[in-house]
Parts: sequence; C-alpha cells; structure tokens
Amino acid sequence: MAEQKHRSKQTPSRRDDVETTEDAPATSESGEKLKAELDDLLDEIDEVLESNAEDFVKSYVQKGGQ
Amino acid sequence: MALPKVCGIETEYGIVVRGADGNPATASSQLINAYVAAVQRGRGGSAVTWDFEDEHPATDARGFTLDDAVAPEVETTLVNAVLTNGSRYYVDHAHPEISTPEVLDARQAVRFDRASEEIVRRSMTLAKRLLPDGAEIVVYKNNSDGKGNSYGCHENYLLARSVPFGQIVRQVTPHFVTRQVFCGAGKVGCELSGADPASVPYQLSQRADFFEEEVGLETTIKRPIINTRDEPHCDPKKYRRLHVIVGDANMSEVATYLKVGTTSIVLAMIEDDVLGDEWTLANPVAAIRRVSHDPGLNVAIRLQSGVRATALEVQWGLLERARKYELSHGLGAVDEEVGADVLRRWEHVLTALEADPDSVADTVDWVAKRRIVDGYRDRHGLAPGDLRLKAIDLQYHDLRADRSLAARAGLATIIGADEVESAITEPPTGTRAYFRGRCLAKFGDSIVAANWDSLVFDLGDEPLRRVPMMEPSRGTAEHVASLIDSSDTAAELLERLGS
Repeated sequence: MAEQKHRSKQTPSRRDDVETTEDAPATSESGEKLKAELDDLLDEIDEVLESNAEDFVKSYVQKGGQ
Repeated sequence: MALPKVCGIETEYGIVVRGADGNPATASSQLINAYVAAVQRGRGGSAVTWDFEDEHPATDARGFTLDDAVAPEVETTLVNAVLTNGSRYYVDHAHPEISTPEVLDARQAVRFDRASEEIVRRSMTLAKRLLPDGAEIVVYKNNSDGKGNSYGCHENYLLARSVPFGQIVRQVTPHFVTRQVFCGAGKVGCELSGADPASVPYQLSQRADFFEEEVGLETTIKRPIINTRDEPHCDPKKYRRLHVIVGDANMSEVATYLKVGTTSIVLAMIEDDVLGDEWTLANPVAAIRRVSHDPGLNVAIRLQSGVRATALEVQWGLLERARKYELSHGLGAVDEEVGADVLRRWEHVLTALEADPDSVADTVDWVAKRRIVDGYRDRHGLAPGDLRLKAIDLQYHDLRADRSLAARAGLATIIGADEVESAITEPPTGTRAYFRGRCLAKFGDSIVAANWDSLVFDLGDEPLRRVPMMEPSRGTAEHVASLIDSSDTAAELLERLGS
C-alpha cells in the first residue's frame, strides 16, 4: 500500500502543470459559469420535464438488450 | 509497434412509443425505415441490406465453444441498413442500434457517435409524420430502464492476433473497472439484484450493476467485463476485434473522447507489452460495483498483489505508464496529435475529480447529471427515491432537442456542427469505411448487400461479385478516392479494382 500511495503522491508536480496549460479549462471560472448555468436550468426545468414524472418513470420499461 | 487502433462504437438506444400502442421492435423498425426511406428518396437508390455471410458472433476468443453459453442471436428478419457514412443502422433486441463506421482515432469516433445521434434525431422527426396525430417515437441514449433491464453501448478496437488473450484480460480489466470515474454516465438508484436501492441513491455508471462475470461470451445475460466474442470482421490470422461491452453511452463528447482515447492507448500499451500486471485486480466484478457505487471516489479496491488502491490511484498509475509509453514508443497507433491531447485531458480530469468533481460538470456525465438531480432535490426539498429524480436521470438522455436535459447541462463540445453534419452522409477517410460509404453513395443501385468486410455487387447479367475488404486500413480515401471518382459505373470500378 505504501508504494501505491507514494506513486499517487508523486503526481502533484505534474498536476500543478495542468493549471498552467493554456487549453485546459480554468477550474474556478468554469465553476462559476457552470453554477450559473445550473441555476438557469433549474429555473426552467419544470417546463421541460415530463409533466407526470411518476407515470413517465413507471412506464419507461425496456426489453433487455446486449 | 502497436497496430493503428481502428475503433468504432455501437449504441443500442432505449425506445418509447408515446400517444399510441406499439411494441419496441416494431417502433424500432418504423424509426429506421422512416430514415432509410427518406435517404433513398433523396438519392433515388435501392435498399442496401446487411449481408450476414461473415457473421460469427458465437466464436469464442479463448479458442473454444462453451456448450452452456447462449450464442448471441442475429435477427435477420428485422430492418438492417447500411448508410453512406459507412455505418450500420438496424434493429437489435427490440432496440434501434447504430454501429459507427471504423475510424482511426478517438476524435473521429466522437464525430461519428454524434452523427449517429443526429441520425436518430432525424429519424424521430420523420417517423412522427407517419404516426397518428399526437403519437411519437422517443429515443433515449442510455443503458438501463431503472428496472433491471440493460442495453449496451459497445466499443470495438483492432488488436494484433498475436497478443495472448489472457494478457489482454488481465491488463485491460483494471482500466474497464476504474475508467468509469470519468466516463460513467451516472444513474439514480441501484439495479443490483438483492441490493437495497436506498443504500445507493446515486452511482457513477449505468451499466456496472449488470456485470456478473470477469470473462465470457454472453452479452445479454451474466454479462462479462471482458467479452470474448471472436468475430474480427477482418483477417482473423492477423487481427482480433476487442468487443468492449462494459461502457456507458455518453452524452458528453469529451467523455466519449476520453473513454475511447484512453482505452486505445491502454490497448496499444498492452500490444507493445509495456503495461505489465501491476494493476491486475483481485476481484474485478466486486470492484466494478464498488467503484460505481462510490461517487465520493474514496473506496479502495484490492489488487492481485494485495495492495489496495482507489479507482483514481489506478487511473493515475495507468496515466503515468501512458506518459512513459509516449516517450518510448510514441502515440502513432492512436494518432500522435489526438493521443497527446487525450493524455492532457486525462490528466486534467483526474486532477479535477480529485480536487473538486463539480469542476468537470461540463465534461463528465455522472457529475453533470448529479448536479441537476441534487439541485432539483434541494430546491424542492425532495426525499431520496422521489420519482422526479429518476425522471431527471432518464430525461438527461432524451434525444429530442426540446426535451434533452443533457443539451441544457452546459456540456463542452469538441466536434463542430459542420463536422457532425458531414459525418451524417460521408464516411471517414482513413479506413475501409471510406470504400464502403463512397460505393454505397455512388453505386448504391448496383450493390445488393454490404457488411463490415465486403460489398456484394450485382452488375446485371453476371453472377454477383463480392469485393472483400479484409484489411481495415485499406480502401481509404488515399487508396481509392480517385478510382471511385473516375469510375462512372460499378462495372468500371470493379474492372479497375481487378486489374
């Protein structure tokens, strides 16, 4: 276990690099944006959701496939 | 050196008839027929049906036949069409299914997976016009109905026949068990028989509950993590096709990209024998469920060595090997540029999942879905188990543009709309799918049947002519584009091919 933990802990140096990679999404900014989008989605979701959730869920029955 | 990781995705979609009665097999046929008929009206061609000549779904990769195994059945009477983009659109086990054409890299796999979605979306619109007023066929890109019935999203990868199958099983299984941390599509509830649903309100994967074996031939019962169907659809002496049945269908393009991209790299490492057995799991079936049932990403699973590691630690280990592999062998087998991008995104997603999973709600389906489910629950003060939460789960995968929750979840895209559009009708250029698709588009009237490894032409008074395509990397645009362009008839094409 010690070895595995060690291996996992070795990676932070590379993980730090990620933050500086230009193309990688900046976590905090995208976090703010995602939160705003989620609020918008929750505001309008009842218009999109199937009107009778209980019937919808119960009647969603599929044949088993592969 | 590893072979090019030619790959493709087969998706079985969930299907519901609303506002009318209808059984799913009939509805699937209506859906596909509506699309195929519209395509043929457009180009005036005749139907090109699937050719089952070379299908052997019951052959086992381990080199024997299981007497008690249920051989997968191929239903030859249902709709089965080949499209000009090189894909196959058909009814399988009461579900509509599209198998993308063979492509050379993960990015193209995503592109054709998106094109398949679009084909299904158009099929829904076309089918609706043929149904009574108020009725429609609705298609879901998910893998379970929440009641113990599952249907698959399979991946296929080309491997050298020379790689021992046992080595593939040992070395790729750790990836299949742990990659769900970034490519699980998320599920409200648990369908593991005997489990208390309340103990697992939410899990990473749609499919993990349905895997009961480590290795096996079945795909519909007692599903194995490694499927042994040995049906390469190409030269069996040189190649095998690894038929991967363990994954979820993803709504997120980046998730599909990572799923196919990381798996291609892991398989290339196995083929070049640089991965080793360090991550071999002690009990993969138990592990795949434990990982799926742990959205906190904390549970450690036991390796065969006795060491315990979390799914993220196994993923960090595989990524570290992949980094070394990039340096020692290059990533030519998965496309250098795509491979390097996959490694970068792989590292990014692992970092983010470790630090703050919500930060990848724009790329990881299970995170995106969980935020909607939890947000709705909190806003309305719902109890866990409220069916509205399961409705959100199902509707995340609804392919109707005006109903899809995934389409509203702010998911990042990597394929432009124009690239999706062209992939609906045009084949990929880098594999034999190019020959298949171009021939269907230009000489469809002279082709009576097609499958993965051949086309059958009817030139009129002669016997039918089968053109074999046993090499997936031949028949590309580079090889045959000018030949097809300059042939006015199928007869001319065949004459030139023969010379």
